[in-house]
Amino acid sequence: MDLLRLLSVDGTLVGAAPIDVAETRRLFAAMVTARVYDRKGSALQRQGRLATYAQFEGQEAAQIGSAAALRADDWMVGTYRDAAAMWFHGYTWDNLLLGRMGDERGGAPPAGVNILPPSITVGAHMIHAVGLGWAERLRGSDRVALTYFGDGATSEGDFHEAMNFAAVFVTPTVFVCENNGWAISLPRARQTASQTIAEKATAYGMPGVLVDGNDVLAMVAATGAAVDRARRGEGPTLIEALTYRMGPHTTADDAGRYRPGDDVEEWRTRDPIDRVRQYLQGADGWDQGWEDDIAALAGSEIEAAVERAESLGPLSPDAMFDRMYARPTAVLEDERRAMFRDEGTP
Amino acid sequence: MTEISMARALNEALDMALASDDRVVLLGEDVATTGGVFRISDGLLERHGAARVIDTPVAESGIIGAAFGMAVAGMRPIAEIQFLGFSYPAFDQIVSHVGRIRNRSNHRFSAPLVIRMPYGGGIGAAEHHSESNEAVYVHTPGVKVVVPSSPADAKGLLLAAVADPDPVIFLEPIRLYRAVKEVVPEGHYTVPIGEAAVVRQGADVTLIAYGAMVRDATAAADALAVDGIAAEVIDLRTLSPLDHETIVRSATATGRVVVTVEAHRTGSVASEVAALVQERALYSLLAPVERVTGYDTVVPLKRSERHYMPGVDRIVAAARRTLEA
Repeated sequence: MDLLRLLSVDGTLVGAAPIDVAETRRLFAAMVTARVYDRKGSALQRQGRLATYAQFEGQEAAQIGSAAALRADDWMVGTYRDAAAMWFHGYTWDNLLLGRMGDERGGAPPAGVNILPPSITVGAHMIHAVGLGWAERLRGSDRVALTYFGDGATSEGDFHEAMNFAAVFVTPTVFVCENNGWAISLPRARQTASQTIAEKATAYGMPGVLVDGNDVLAMVAATGAAVDRARRGEGPTLIEALTYRMGPHTTADDAGRYRPGDDVEEWRTRDPIDRVRQYLQGADGWDQGWEDDIAALAGSEIEAAVERAESLGPLSPDAMFDRMYARPTAVLEDERRAMFRDEGTP
Repeated sequence: MTEISMARALNEALDMALASDDRVVLLGEDVATTGGVFRISDGLLERHGAARVIDTPVAESGIIGAAFGMAVAGMRPIAEIQFLGFSYPAFDQIVSHVGRIRNRSNHRFSAPLVIRMPYGGGIGAAEHHSESNEAVYVHTPGVKVVVPSSPADAKGLLLAAVADPDPVIFLEPIRLYRAVKEVVPEGHYTVPIGEAAVVRQGADVTLIAYGAMVRDATAAADALAVDGIAAEVIDLRTLSPLDHETIVRSATATGRVVVTVEAHRTGSVASEVAALVQERALYSLLAPVERVTGYDTVVPLKRSERHYMPGVDRIVAAARRTLEA
């Protein structure tokens, strides 16, 4: 299967750019900002200020490039590693951080932003994007639903059920597989005997596209085509974004136990941000001062978000009883009283 | 007024839900063209169209996962799983997502879907078709579990389930689908979720049941009445959230409780009721709480299923033991 690539590794444009330089600068700035967040997330975890954190370094183009193809009211259903895409589509840093701090208030995107809180179980969420898009179509809306998942998730039965339902019911769903090479310790080659993940689409009767996931322009082009197709009512598309997980699975993982450092260094030469920087340099769309300003602004915005998240008032100890149903049941009210009795509080 | 079966009452409720709210869709295996393996959705495809009455591929996780997505997007899907015993491929969707999205999103999203599942034994069906594993869903936070025992309740509870802002697992006792007919109110009405019904009043012993076992409990009450024993019969109707007050009030009044389920004994709703009664009514009890249940075995096939099913005789015997204590 051919690989869609518009920017070569050295930043040379090798195809038709789907967006102009101004829009490319916007996506570059977003990728730089996302990386600042990602490194901050790891640092905060080491300081004990976040629970386990899942880095996405190396996957910025796969996430930002695909998210850029969405309309503001489209649905996004991703995983714990999709913070860059979620933020770009409207989730706040505050709430992404709150979730990692172990606070359920982080699970809500702002009003009007249609992003489900990230799925922790692997694979079950892809079918949700099928139902979301299906509902929009039934209600006469042209919103589409995009779902992110990793190469590991394609081994789950729910991948099959989601792909099959989407194709059978012609739902406006865009499947974006961020093939980052690793499912914790298991390499892609042992996840599936298929040569590519994209070719699995053929069996379901939908188009599959293999894309250089570290090429933001290719991601914009491929996802844009898939989103347009879905919005026209022509059904789902599977996009395989070939990328690489530069970090461990999470801060609780030691990737040195199972993967050679050479591979990581090899992929570092294909960094998704370096590539766009070189491209923009050639198009007179970049200078160091501008990038430094972006990184500085990102740093201060994210630092402010950390402060807001850390200084948010504590959750009421009985808030868990209020989140289960629209109104707590009588049984939960009994349990709430019992909790307060046992804890000796109100 | 004509008398109708539970199957007919459920069909009426589905028809009414589809007609009155365009957010309602029906989806599941064989629900459209054939009207479901029990014909509960018979005629609904013709009346409401293929966009809203949907035959799906054979994929339980897909059905529930897609219905979940629809519900989050503002629809009111009614998903059918062909038998409770076929729901396990969808278990992860129900436990990990359907029951959690409100909590996970801090109320920003909810999943108001209804999951209909025929369940229970007594008809000599093939393996997996007679299961009564409702306790696993009762143990699942964030979903409600409802079981009707009469045509009128079936219609009112199903319409209440569709209107409920939270997910409802709606279990339909297979052996009651066409076993009895009764006059069912016309038009739209609801039976409140979370409220048990006292279907017969009595001062001597409380018989607690739900689903098909309500009929057996009522027959047991008839048999006990011959000997002058007045049994109160409670139909739980909702298993989650359980109506603690009705159970405790009756147990306190009679001092004797028999709870019967056709489910496996260990960890069953009968166990929960027994625990509740000892917590809240121990000092009113005149005898140990009796559980009349299925066994912790696979439901036997047709030739020996009757040895598994708790019937009228076992309920009567248990009630007599409480009176002799």
